[in-house]
Amino acid sequence: MTLHFIRPLLFAAVSVVLLGCGKSATTEKSTSGELVVRIGASAPLTGPQAHIGKDNESGTRMAIEDANAKGILIGGRKVRFELISEDDQADPKTATIVAQKLVDNKVSGVIGHLNSGTTIPASRIYNDNGIVQISPSATAVSYTAQGFKTAFRVMANDAQQGRVLGEYAAKNLGAKKIAVIDDQTGYGQGLADEFIKSAKANGAQIVAHEFTTDKAYDFTAVLTAVKGKQPDLLFYAGMDPQAGPMAKQLRALGLKLRFMMGDGGYTPQFIKLAGEEAAEGSYASLPGVPLDKMPGGKQFEARFVAKYQPIQLYAPYCYDAVNVMIAAMQKADSVEPAKYQPVLAGISHDGVTAKIQFDEKGDLKGGAITLYQVQQGKWHPLETLGAAIPAAH
Amino acid sequence: MEIFLQQIINGLVQGSVYALVALGYTMVYGILGLINFAHGEVVMIGAMLALSSLTVLLGLSVPPLLALLFSIILAMAGCMALGYTIERIAYRPLRHAPRLAPLITAIGVSIVLQNLAMMIWGREYHSFPQLIVNATHSLGGAVINDIQIIIFILALLIMAGLMAVVHRTRLGRAMRAVAENQHAAQLMGVDINRVISLTFMLGSALAAIAGLMVSANYGLAHYYMGFVLGLKAFTAAVLGGIGNLRGAMLGGLLLGLIESLGAGYIGDITGGFFGSNYQDVFAFLVLIVVLVFRPSGLLGERLAERA
Repeated sequence: MTLHFIRPLLFAAVSVVLLGCGKSATTEKSTSGELVVRIGASAPLTGPQAHIGKDNESGTRMAIEDANAKGILIGGRKVRFELISEDDQADPKTATIVAQKLVDNKVSGVIGHLNSGTTIPASRIYNDNGIVQISPSATAVSYTAQGFKTAFRVMANDAQQGRVLGEYAAKNLGAKKIAVIDDQTGYGQGLADEFIKSAKANGAQIVAHEFTTDKAYDFTAVLTAVKGKQPDLLFYAGMDPQAGPMAKQLRALGLKLRFMMGDGGYTPQFIKLAGEEAAEGSYASLPGVPLDKMPGGKQFEARFVAKYQPIQLYAPYCYDAVNVMIAAMQKADSVEPAKYQPVLAGISHDGVTAKIQFDEKGDLKGGAITLYQVQQGKWHPLETLGAAIPAAH
Repeated sequence: MEIFLQQIINGLVQGSVYALVALGYTMVYGILGLINFAHGEVVMIGAMLALSSLTVLLGLSVPPLLALLFSIILAMAGCMALGYTIERIAYRPLRHAPRLAPLITAIGVSIVLQNLAMMIWGREYHSFPQLIVNATHSLGGAVINDIQIIIFILALLIMAGLMAVVHRTRLGRAMRAVAENQHAAQLMGVDINRVISLTFMLGSALAAIAGLMVSANYGLAHYYMGFVLGLKAFTAAVLGGIGNLRGAMLGGLLLGLIESLGAGYIGDITGGFFGSNYQDVFAFLVLIVVLVFRPSGLLGERLAERA
């Protein structure tokens, strides 16, 4: 009983906090004659994924500071970009509240959200209000399949990623019996489904499909259930706060199998949480090419680390998302979403992560996917695949 | 069979942590009729304090066992001070207010503690140092490691100790007296405020140990770890009969077992129709069924009547 009214209470309290700290939506003209353009950003800044969310925010902030330092002119006026960063707690309900708040704050565009589970419900609100949204990291296929003109992403989707991972597991690693665990979020479910489809098509058998949540830390029960099915590979579709402890626990339970993840596990944090011994040999993928093969990757990393902290995961993608948005604004000579959206849809921009071009749905064209493995306590790129794969559906 | 045995071991280890935390909820409820929702955060603060102290001490190359002992004591002391402060600030002024008021302050304290911890220790997950050689043992095909054995035995010892405190000591008698009737206890010369403060401190000390256990077992500490654990432990307390010490222990162990067996077998039993995604649903279903037939939980009396 009590449990059931605690949740809404917490939710209400959070909403009040969120609404309470909102800045009043004043006009976009400041007194000095410069044009103030608000860019919204949203990611989980609290909760289990806060470290990745903060990484996103820092990537976004760095791009905005760079743009302000350049002194960009749009419509003949000097532009000052202002970041409005909001915490969506990786929660779909909170994401819609945050999205509405950004809309009310009259942002010209939104960089976010981090998770597919939050990006999708928020995208409807941005679309209804005609605000351009570029997600740096949401990979679920359905995000851009809703037919929203305002929805873009700068990362390959799960259809591409799941397909490459499933094929790699079944063909390159020769896995015959595969177990899958997903975290029941929009991202985890989507990636797991695509992975299963592809692994089956390449001749592997799925012996177990188990579930956890994005707040769990104990996986001994599901791992024991998986152990009973004797798979030779376990694929986890979720983020590193779960993937790390999971790798540790599966070694502790004496499971001898290959451990594989999507982009959510490709972080230094994963190795830290699993412990180097348990992490050794684990596989993960990340859309895009390795950082040192990115056009401006090394340089970006050096500047980012000097300013903030080591890159967790998506910071370069956030940096690119902001820059491609600003490039479209400059080209259209307008910060009105209705005016720069068509320009953005047809843009070709040399980003840090890749050359950014969108297809008709707003997906990144020709998204490459790189596989990594933990070797001697560090992530090492194995090979880059799938650059020529056309977008699914 | 070995899978079944493994699930039982998983459940008992997880359950003994639930039980330790549940004791904190149940002691406070038994005496004040108040649900201290900040208790889960006290567990987290305990783990964080221990982590900080360990990091510093190991950095000064203090022997690991000595560092561990000192960190346990520090975490317990810190949590006891925290428990005392929470009661003093958030609950004592509201002791005669409507019952909803302290519930709201409890949630408030929980949010404040979580955010404080986030500011102090940061948002990232901290890996918890491994201090003892954690050897694994095979038990009829199932695996159990030293830390898990220590968790289980230590939890049982602490519970036995707590029972002895409540039933054999002067403080315990005073606690039971306050639980039964505050005014009568006061008339008999019991210092109510002192007893309530000590109850909070005792529960918080248990929370510190539970926090350390979780961190040592899973090798991680994070400012958010107390929330889910607190919710589960509260459920365990309700399952066993909130306000009842034996109930909290039984409820904790039972919830641990239900969760691990549920996650392990629910798919096989229903022929794949329900999977481990129904793990929590299953646990709460058991809770609902128990509450329908025994509205005050499995062992439903309050602390006092169980003399």
